[in-house]
Amino acid sequence: MNLGTSVLKVTRVGILKGRLLAAVSTLLIGSSVFAATIKIGEVGSMTGSEATFGISTHEGIELAIKEQNAKGGIKGQKIELISLDDQGKPEEAAIATTKLITQDKVVAILGEVASSRSLAMAPIAQKYKVPMISPSSTNPKVTAVGDHIFRVCFIDPFQGAVMAKFASENLKAKKVAIFRDVKSDYSVGLSDFFKEAFLKAGGEVVVDQSYSSGEVDFNSQLTSIRAKKPDVIFLPGYYTEVGLIAKQARKLGIKAAILGGDGWDSEKLYEIGGKSLNNSYFSNHYSQDDQTPAVQSFIATYKKAYNKIPDGLGALGYDAARVLFAAMETTKTGSTAEVQGALAKTKDFQGVTGKITMDEMRNATKSAVVLEVKDGKFLYKTTINP
Amino acid sequence: MSEFFQYVINGLSQGGTYALVALGYTMVFGILQLINFAHGEVYMLGAFTGLYTLRFFGARIVEFYNLALSVGADQASTTVAILTAITVIVISMITCATVGYFVERLAYRPLRNSPRINLLITAVGVSLFFQYSGQLIFGSSPQPYPDLFENLESWTFGSDENLLVINPLQVFVFVTAITLMLILRHVIFNTRLGRAMRAVSFSHELSSLMGIPTNRIITATFMIGSSLAGAAGVMVGMTYPKVEPLMGSLPGLKAFCAAVLGGIGNVTGAVLGSFILGLAEAFLSGYGAPTYKDALAFTILILILLVKPSGLLGVHRTEKV
Repeated sequence: MNLGTSVLKVTRVGILKGRLLAAVSTLLIGSSVFAATIKIGEVGSMTGSEATFGISTHEGIELAIKEQNAKGGIKGQKIELISLDDQGKPEEAAIATTKLITQDKVVAILGEVASSRSLAMAPIAQKYKVPMISPSSTNPKVTAVGDHIFRVCFIDPFQGAVMAKFASENLKAKKVAIFRDVKSDYSVGLSDFFKEAFLKAGGEVVVDQSYSSGEVDFNSQLTSIRAKKPDVIFLPGYYTEVGLIAKQARKLGIKAAILGGDGWDSEKLYEIGGKSLNNSYFSNHYSQDDQTPAVQSFIATYKKAYNKIPDGLGALGYDAARVLFAAMETTKTGSTAEVQGALAKTKDFQGVTGKITMDEMRNATKSAVVLEVKDGKFLYKTTINP
Repeated sequence: MSEFFQYVINGLSQGGTYALVALGYTMVFGILQLINFAHGEVYMLGAFTGLYTLRFFGARIVEFYNLALSVGADQASTTVAILTAITVIVISMITCATVGYFVERLAYRPLRNSPRINLLITAVGVSLFFQYSGQLIFGSSPQPYPDLFENLESWTFGSDENLLVINPLQVFVFVTAITLMLILRHVIFNTRLGRAMRAVSFSHELSSLMGIPTNRIITATFMIGSSLAGAAGVMVGMTYPKVEPLMGSLPGLKAFCAAVLGGIGNVTGAVLGSFILGLAEAFLSGYGAPTYKDALAFTILILILLVKPSGLLGVHRTEKV
């Protein structure tokens, strides 16, 4: 799955291969007259330290496409997905986006999960006026880039408020420690929104520590957090670091509950963190315990296709693709401009992760769930509405 | 006040992991005046060797020790865990020594008589080769390390107000680093091999005139250095249970800084420099500026090169023209 590097290779040896490509592309153009598919691009982290994000999202998108094609595609045209791996690097995500738009001529792009990478992609999609839907980038800056950037998830001001409310009301916390990843737009933004909401609720932030993703030793920061005796630690990072941090925190004798956001949502979280993650909670987009028929039927088909329970990212990938198809079905010619207009009008779309309505900033407004991590399982705690 | 001591503990354990890598750097530099940039990657390979050994044979090794010690499955589990850890470390050391042998034989020896810059560039090349083939073979996603010491309780001192927690693994890393340093010192100063190494380090030509098999001594140095990196890889994997193909580059560079700080070429200096760096990083992250943690090693490197280029314990050598 090393698609990201192959993108680079294409650009590097592009001149050498020019003649060959010309020959191949005549063949391709020839065949595409017969196939007449609608091309959709996807950029995701299929490898790297957030690999499960990319893989789950990809599976969700693939499932939605399979279902749509089984129904006859969009107005008789089959959908073709071109996915590129960005290895979890913003610069690779930007290269992949350019390739999808300029070489593959896709009508729309799905991706990325992480806000840092969506922020690298969005200006390019906006420049070429190709609609881009991020399934799960929650940082508000992402859609602010321009009118062609959409998302189907809630945003961090809401997610931060949800966890602040949960900490102060459900856990009765007064003193909170924040431990943020300074390398991630998502983590920094979410920390700020949480802090704001928690202070407003009358709580106190006793310490605000930071780390950089990629590090492995967090003992010193955790020691300084321990000294302040917080009731709760807010840790809005991605699962790889969260697992390591939880482990080191418990080994240092920190018993406080640990809270986080949707960046925790991965089966790998428990593989790395193990039992240290007991007594921790995170906000997410959906819960597999949700008994709504739409959710349960999605879980059943996903399980049949991939032999595992979908996580929130899989559900959002599925929703992002279906929102796009619904918009495309209402257009006349399926041009990028029409798709953009139709996407902006999305209203009350019933997705797996809730009802999706695009607001004027092209963000979806919907509810969040809080899950508890217990012995490797994510148990449903509560739903918090906007 | 208890935080202070906790920072000391954290710093010493982090310094211990740097020390194991720095020892290999300093040995190779001492004998070849070559900064072996591939050393961090050998450390990564060591961690992965340990990972796969534990994943595929871990249960069998544990079973073997249970039988050998003829104890119940849960009775002496700590002893069994330590023995298993040592076995895995030894396997990884042997693998890395082999890797070190081939790296020296295939990449460095053909360039023995070419300008030093060629050797340096080759070292960078070897490093990149291992990083990217590692991504190809192991995949670039981080992998969790099996936890051998899951049931091992941390040692806790003091109560709520003055809590001090020591993880036995941290002690294990610290003790191993010191022990290996002492063994190395013994080898270098009290054995025939060590005497030959010192002679080669002084002058390749002169020592081969004295009948010392220079090439064989250099290979041996490489193998010893690489096996230390292998041991470090496994121990770091156990302490921080996340391994990935690019894990070697930053610790490799930091260990190099530590080795320069202590006086490159000097075994005791490498360990001293590593502990200083570990402690400095722990205090810096604890008392407020964790963002600058990675920059600290290089700041120290620049300062030491300005103030005392030969390092804390290094001896100044005059260049002979």
